[in-house]
Amino acid sequence: MAASTKPARKPASPDTAALHRQYLRQMLLIRRFEEKTGEAYSLGKIGGFCHLYIGQEAVAVGSIAALRPDDYITSAYREHGQALTRGITSRAVMAELFGKATGCSHGKGGSMHLFDAKLGFLGGHGIVGSHIPIAAGAAFAIKYKGGNQVSVCYFGEAAANIGAFHEALNMASLWDLPAIFICENNGYGMGTAVARASAVQSLSTRGNAYDMPAEMVDGQDVLVVREAMDRAVKRAREESKPTLLEIRTYRYVGHSMSDAAHGTYRTKDEVEEYRRRDPIKLLADRMRGEGTLDDAGWEALEAEVKAEVDDAYTFAEESPEPDPSQLYADVYAESGEAKS
Amino acid sequence: MSVMTYRDALNQALREEMLRDDRVFLMGEEVAEYDGAYKVSRGLLKEFGPKRIVDTPIAELGFTGIGVGAAMVGLRPVIEMMTWNFALLAIDEIVNTAAKIRYMSGGQIGCPIVFRGPGGAALQLGAQHSQSFESWYSHIPGLKVVMPATPADAKGLLKAAIRDDNPVVFIEGEMLYNNKGEVPEGEYLTPLGTADIKRAGTDVTIVSHGKTVAVALKAAEQLAAEGVNAEVIDLRTIRPLDTATILGSVSRTNRCVVVEEGWQFAGVGAQVVDLIQREIFDALDAPVLRVTGADVPMPYNKHLEKAAKADPAKVIAAAKQVLYLP
Repeated sequence: MAASTKPARKPASPDTAALHRQYLRQMLLIRRFEEKTGEAYSLGKIGGFCHLYIGQEAVAVGSIAALRPDDYITSAYREHGQALTRGITSRAVMAELFGKATGCSHGKGGSMHLFDAKLGFLGGHGIVGSHIPIAAGAAFAIKYKGGNQVSVCYFGEAAANIGAFHEALNMASLWDLPAIFICENNGYGMGTAVARASAVQSLSTRGNAYDMPAEMVDGQDVLVVREAMDRAVKRAREESKPTLLEIRTYRYVGHSMSDAAHGTYRTKDEVEEYRRRDPIKLLADRMRGEGTLDDAGWEALEAEVKAEVDDAYTFAEESPEPDPSQLYADVYAESGEAKS
Repeated sequence: MSVMTYRDALNQALREEMLRDDRVFLMGEEVAEYDGAYKVSRGLLKEFGPKRIVDTPIAELGFTGIGVGAAMVGLRPVIEMMTWNFALLAIDEIVNTAAKIRYMSGGQIGCPIVFRGPGGAALQLGAQHSQSFESWYSHIPGLKVVMPATPADAKGLLKAAIRDDNPVVFIEGEMLYNNKGEVPEGEYLTPLGTADIKRAGTDVTIVSHGKTVAVALKAAEQLAAEGVNAEVIDLRTIRPLDTATILGSVSRTNRCVVVEEGWQFAGVGAQVVDLIQREIFDALDAPVLRVTGADVPMPYNKHLEKAAKADPAKVIAAAKQVLYLP
């Protein structure tokens, strides 16, 4: 055998090629959007806490690809990637990070509280684990109304140690709720490694405690994520049963903007090691192997994404601040059947 | 008018609202097969079935969050807290999610939900089961806080709370469930945010809510025997506070005592006193006094417990003090 390159993959069908290009574009958009976000943060354009999704792109893209427009998504505070993939525009997300009136939460939510009711995007929640019962509640409502949507919840592996996770999974299984719990295991809850926080290293095994189907999934391969998600969606939609997916991934950047990428709780070598299985590179290499991506195609994609991100940045910068009158708006519902 | 217990009035309110709107459901510990820890939901499982009367595991945080999530996507849950002491386990979902979701989402997503159950002390239940938390919840913008004192108000306020588009904290009383009172026939709502003058008077205003309404009325009765004509206000809703009724009354009587079951520090009464001194300082003929629960965890011993509670004697003493009577 010649010690040459691996054989070229089977050529992809046009449909598959288009899908792969879509995934690649979505992942690249998140990557470039987050890089721009980091830049804007350091320039003081963005305030507060800000948690970037760089390295974890395949999780959002592969899982949301399996959803229908009327499904629900609830996420934690590292949710820019899910928001963009769900279809909240780059403009509306960036404007929200800038705190502008044109943001997806009208400037009142910020990085941790992105919302879009029309897209079924139920936040953006800042208290670790708190949103897991919320997502189970959306699933409860789906079942109550007799629908066949699914409710997806994203949370970090550290949230699997809080009571809300256990209570929500128990009831979701007990009541057969159409929920998909996606544990994005990026190895660290802030600076605490999984091994220092969880008695079990494989969080998917926790599904056993609640008689819930669970899988451990390679979160760097967007196609693998998509396949696992397809199985979970089918189970939820057709059988009204929940699933726990532990999707193993890695964030290249610090927990938040004040945390260095490496140096304290993890080494530079470790970060570099994970970068070798970069989700974008992995898919791009595959597409090159299948002959559906070449240098020109890649450059065109980069240019397209850069233009979108630059446009979002300009839009955010030029957008108006919320009107001062908005301070007191939306604390309470304006109308109710029994207005008081 | 028909006479019924506070418990049955609440039961009627739930039943009527569930018949009226199929988005309304009741969820909590022991609400279904046990018929309710305090029997407020008696008979509802039989009538509405397990889809709408939902027994939960003992997991306050979890089922409260499930209620909040269901409310965010269009249902109108009523979440029963077996007692408000246990709701401390769920307060994260009430304060961090229910109260803020409309604001954080820029008005896109609301949370029409009622959290209800008994609060305050009963008899000799000890420190962990005898607490009043209305001041905690009324501190939070985004929440409404309701505390009915009578069967008629219990029914009208619960119906209004269920129809309200905001999260409502609805605090009942273990010692109130058996109380009987007249309840109007037919459909009626008691608007949230309206206090009620339970006894008209001219000499001193006694502001009360929840279980202390009965304490204030008893004090007023004894004061009347001594020639003092006290007016008793039942706040009914702590947030939004009916400031007009309080200020109108004190403007007439020029003297005020505020009674509550809870602790004095940063209590509901502190807000009432702040309102009065800020708005009608010149109308006052004496400093406003407060009667509250003693500033201690509730003791078990019955004599100590009695000493810790607001009672008519303490209210009478305070009323006499603001009237400069011996």
